[in-house]
Amino acid sequence: MPETITLQINGESVMVPAGSMVSTAVALAQQESVSSPRVSKGLDLAAAALAHARATDTQPLGFRRSVTGETRAPLCGMGICFECRVTINGQAHSRSCQIPAAAGQNVVTDCGATDCELSDDAATPDSRFPTPDSQLLIVGAGPAGIAAAIRAAESGQRVTVIDDNPASASPGGQIWRADQAKPSSPEAREWFERLKSVNVKFIHEARIFAQPEAGCLLAETADGSCELQFEKLILATGARERFVPFPGWTLPGVTGAGGLQALAKSGWPVAGKRIVVAGSGPLLMAVAAYLKKRGAEVLLIAEQAAWSSLMRFGVELIRQPSKIAQAVSLKKQLAGVPYWPGCWPVSAKGDGKLEAVTMRRGGKTCEVECDYLACGFYLLPNIELAGLVGCEVLNGVVTVNEFQQTSLPNVFCAGEATGIGGLELSLVEGQIAGLAAAGREDEARKLFAERTKQRRFAEVLNRTFALREELKTLPTAETLVCRCEDVSFERLQRQTSWREAKLQTRCGMGPCQGRICGAATDFLFGWGMESIRPPVFPARLENLTR
Amino acid sequence: MTFDVVIVGAGIVGAACADEFAQAGLRVAVIEAGQIGGGATAAGMGHITVMDDSEAQFALTNLSQQLWRALADELPQDAEYIECGTMWVAADDEEMDEVRRKQAFYQQRGLPAEVLDAKALAEAEPNLRDGLAGGLRVPQDGVTYPPCGARFFIERAESRGAEVFLGKPVVELTGKGARLNDGTFIAAGLTVNATGSWAPELTPNINVQKRKGHLVITDRYPNFVRHQLIELGYLKSAHSISTDSVAFNAQPRKTGQILIGSSRQYAPKQTNPVATAPGSVPADKQIDPPILRRMIDRAIEYMPRLAKLSVLRTWTGFRAATPDKLPLIGMSAIENVYLATGHEGLGITTSLGTARLLADQVLKRAPAISFEPYLPSRPMKEHDHA
Repeated sequence: MPETITLQINGESVMVPAGSMVSTAVALAQQESVSSPRVSKGLDLAAAALAHARATDTQPLGFRRSVTGETRAPLCGMGICFECRVTINGQAHSRSCQIPAAAGQNVVTDCGATDCELSDDAATPDSRFPTPDSQLLIVGAGPAGIAAAIRAAESGQRVTVIDDNPASASPGGQIWRADQAKPSSPEAREWFERLKSVNVKFIHEARIFAQPEAGCLLAETADGSCELQFEKLILATGARERFVPFPGWTLPGVTGAGGLQALAKSGWPVAGKRIVVAGSGPLLMAVAAYLKKRGAEVLLIAEQAAWSSLMRFGVELIRQPSKIAQAVSLKKQLAGVPYWPGCWPVSAKGDGKLEAVTMRRGGKTCEVECDYLACGFYLLPNIELAGLVGCEVLNGVVTVNEFQQTSLPNVFCAGEATGIGGLELSLVEGQIAGLAAAGREDEARKLFAERTKQRRFAEVLNRTFALREELKTLPTAETLVCRCEDVSFERLQRQTSWREAKLQTRCGMGPCQGRICGAATDFLFGWGMESIRPPVFPARLENLTR
Repeated sequence: MTFDVVIVGAGIVGAACADEFAQAGLRVAVIEAGQIGGGATAAGMGHITVMDDSEAQFALTNLSQQLWRALADELPQDAEYIECGTMWVAADDEEMDEVRRKQAFYQQRGLPAEVLDAKALAEAEPNLRDGLAGGLRVPQDGVTYPPCGARFFIERAESRGAEVFLGKPVVELTGKGARLNDGTFIAAGLTVNATGSWAPELTPNINVQKRKGHLVITDRYPNFVRHQLIELGYLKSAHSISTDSVAFNAQPRKTGQILIGSSRQYAPKQTNPVATAPGSVPADKQIDPPILRRMIDRAIEYMPRLAKLSVLRTWTGFRAATPDKLPLIGMSAIENVYLATGHEGLGITTSLGTARLLADQVLKRAPAISFEPYLPSRPMKEHDHA
């Protein structure tokens, strides 16, 4: 594999380290355009050059123009928000954060604002392949999916795992994204090692979008589609970050917390950047530690939960020595970085990109100048696929029985999609699902006690990081809630339901299909989501005819 | 509570009727089981198209198109009205004959229509496939986003004193008023059933059937499609009244999105006007993969480059179909219960004409066009749908 890749961004050649995503190339191109170093031979060299260039770095970080003309850049970093869309080789609306940079790629930013001339080089080869039918199909290659795959394969099942993330970042899900070569924790190393010892087929960079009939799913791949037949299915679709709209949250430079980490893991330059990490949940500390390790200057970690909640959380931690060790290790890595509970962003400002964020703490506000606000308000289960398949979903989580079996007998669900619970719960649920799907209920039963313990911890976690009511007052009349369609808070206030908002304001009608704004309106207005229809993720028209 | 008129249904037809009656000074109530424009109004394509399957169909669609054009400046931005014109696409010489027949028909009746040869068609719509024979451009046709249009009519009616009851299912409709499911009776001098394909539930024994359609919408690709495109191939493949069928129909939306249709299927008998549990699509509204595939294949056949465009959503809806392809506008067999339904795939176009004709009848005004062909009491002959 070559060390660097040269591609075209808006007609100019840009060299990026191999393994970078297109989003990284766009970010590098825009930042390099105001600084001298053009060639970056490796991630660290690039990072150093960029750190040096920071003082003169005034270019807005533009990926696309929104429907009202705002400049936008990646938010979620994991292929959900569609803010990173660019045109790649004539294919408009391509998610640059999930597509690996490749030699000779022609990337154009800002599509959607002008006429779209679809060039013929968009005519990608029509590759449609049925997979060798697996007994067990697992959707999602995060910890739950990996654990399920290992236990099922060890039990003699033919297992296929499908995942949206590119092969350079997956398996691993978001928490272990791009961790396989150099695992970030002993736990990750152990599971990756174990994965090597079993025979599991992986399909990367593929998104399931439809279920034409029971026992069959369709997925879109980079250059075609594939049909997946299965006897049993395990959904390990994980979670996404929840975002709470506040004035300025659509500025380039405001990203998810896990979002910025995911981007950085794909080579996005963070070295030397001044970053405020904010929102809620244990993820904030992990993100801050990672960014710091990559050379970022983490100015502050702002946790919206109050001290009193965190103290109670601390008491629960004591019951779990492994979690204490993690916390202590994080604390050490974050020495010198202020951690403020009861603190949250109220607005972000900047001319075309983030320049400063206003934080509230203890009734007072202060302004912090920064390059990035990495901001996620806890997590939300990804339940769309479960809904498509026909599993019962209640209160935003997939209903499962003691064997992680959903309301459909041949469909199991494990990990965050059954309720946010963190890494250890995902691993144990994944194992139970994998064993149960392989018919080894007795083995699965042995893990029930561990799951009970982890679920208790999850309950504490969810209570501790419950969002405070004040966050509902953050949006002003003009604050955009739906970023795909630029629908303001004021317009939504006049609606009475999610469906009415969709019909009358176009809220949720863009490519994220309401994954970002639906969560926000659920928090702000208490609207439940509406019915789920194929394609459950945007897909090329040709793939809908398969 | 007593009103001059109670209208059941706040789809585009009910909304337009409310607006028309309120404008005429009547005390109007609108009762809607769900929300404004949430049924076929939300599901349909939103075309404003003059059709010529019969003189009566032409008269109503032509009147309606003129009413829409007159209203264009008053419509709110979010009604996304654009006068993009319709392009009837001819694949071969036989269909070109139809283009010329159609042009003659429209021109004799004062509607501008322009014949395009193969080259002119390719210039007007560069993303259509090569080798088509030509087309007919009807420049004054347009498209709109109907749910916001319906809201506009309702709000205008309200500003003229109309009362609107949303989320109130009607369980009984008589010539004296409407009874809600909570027992409330809303009295009126006359009532209008404008509940689309659900109309037979309130007014039994009317000849309206549910006809299911599928639609697909893409992400934004501005100027990829410029006119509303409709194939003339249905002449051969035929949207027959009794069998399932598909036809190529693509529409440019003001957003730059492309709306792709169309399919026609008689839906299985099922009566449930209110949506079921959140998160689940009612059985009869679910996507039918085989017909969706046929519909998309047809679209890609006409416009190969559509294949690579990103699709955001697919959905279904129900047209209210009558055997002779004409709507029911006028008094039903029940004294003072009026009907404004049966618009099949033309409800957005003909909503304005329907409202005008219904008010003309009720108020005994000189009718804009003859209303006899649309009276519910007319004898009905089966006619193929386009």
